[in-house]
Amino acid sequence: MAMTYADDHAEPLPELTPATWRDPKRYAWLLGLLVPGLPLMAWALVEVTGVGLLWFFGPLFVFGVIPILDHLIGDDDANPPDSVVQWLEQDRYYRWCTYLFLPLQFASLVIACWLWSQGGLSTVESLGLALTVGCVSGIAINTAHELGHKRASTERWLSKIALSQSGYGHFFIEHNRGHHVRVATPEDPASSRLGESFYAFLPRTVKGSLTSSWGLEAERLRRTGSSPWTIKNDVLNAWAMTVVLFGALTATFGLEVLPWLLVQAVFGFCLLEIVNYLEHYGLLRANREDGRYVRTAPQHSWNSNNISSNVFLYHLQRHSDHHAHPLRRYQALRHFDEAPELPSGYATMILLAAIPPLWRRVMDKRVLAHYGGDVTRANIHPPRREQVLRRYGRGSSSTGLTA
Amino acid sequence: MSAFRCPECGYTYDEQAGNPREGFPPGTPWSAVPDDWPCPDCGVESKPDFAPAT
Repeated sequence: MAMTYADDHAEPLPELTPATWRDPKRYAWLLGLLVPGLPLMAWALVEVTGVGLLWFFGPLFVFGVIPILDHLIGDDDANPPDSVVQWLEQDRYYRWCTYLFLPLQFASLVIACWLWSQGGLSTVESLGLALTVGCVSGIAINTAHELGHKRASTERWLSKIALSQSGYGHFFIEHNRGHHVRVATPEDPASSRLGESFYAFLPRTVKGSLTSSWGLEAERLRRTGSSPWTIKNDVLNAWAMTVVLFGALTATFGLEVLPWLLVQAVFGFCLLEIVNYLEHYGLLRANREDGRYVRTAPQHSWNSNNISSNVFLYHLQRHSDHHAHPLRRYQALRHFDEAPELPSGYATMILLAAIPPLWRRVMDKRVLAHYGGDVTRANIHPPRREQVLRRYGRGSSSTGLTA
Repeated sequence: MSAFRCPECGYTYDEQAGNPREGFPPGTPWSAVPDDWPCPDCGVESKPDFAPAT
């Protein structure tokens, strides 16, 4: 049941009710809880097969198994009918699917620290385990993302706790107060631009998100008459959770776990940032007459209806609806026909993003098609502006469609 | 005292209550809230988009 944005604002259809409609993905959301189990699965596989390289099971699963599942299982553009959305959002079962991620996440982190501290792993094997734990760390940012958008203070707290493993606590501020406000504009560090490779985007988004989150909190605290150097600063108190977590783990398991904790944190937030790279590539909100940008709508985010990546990411790929309605819970996010659609799920698209020529070949023509061939309507990376305009034409709709 | 509502998510700025966390103590008039202040809950709409709540 695909819909357009106009349908969204029409009268709800009366025929389907919670009594007659079943959510086909209801139990699939439990699969997300397999993610924090990746370090345990890696350990089990190494024990069973004796192959030490299987400590890298996390990256193998995320970058190997899920992309294959993306292609085998395919897409689903079905939407919950409007008449059940409210009921669907209130069903607490879906919340528990996200809450349960947290105890599993930290249990697997503790077990990983124990494994590192035992001295039985070679450096390469320890690195493999760190990257596997890093996959959990990165995907935990996705869980934190779902929780951080909610009004309830418990969910916001859980969001910060989930972020503590990656040391990316400032995401809690920057994502909600920075990225969502400035999405698909040149001012947003987390919106990637046409002609910008992932490797150019990564330092820009990491640095920009950090400085922006600090600025947002400093400004808020200035209005309350406070200095930014207070524990009320949500950037500082979120980072403090990481210091406490890593400090406790180091005190318990020894100094040798600290480098691996740092490796898994960096890998985790890089995984988040490569996903950020996919979500708004080249998309730009037009200016209104009053100089402000138009309201964020589904066409300002890339959507993906790919089932496999979606069930592991709590519908994060229904990103167009998410940005148009950020408080909507994951189970109720919808597909819109006018949203630009990624050719595959995030797991596959991440692989393309890591190889810039391949990414440009697949995505640039889609950005251009989205803007009817007029490249000047896209968010172009300033250092490559001339190059992009030469390649794709200056607003002509007849050129440049072969990237 | 008036109240103003975010058309996207329903967050309501009530002048009587203000929003102390955001630095607007109770009694802060809507006119004292900066124009570029985004909705603290959804971030989609900003002050000029808010409508008087009835």
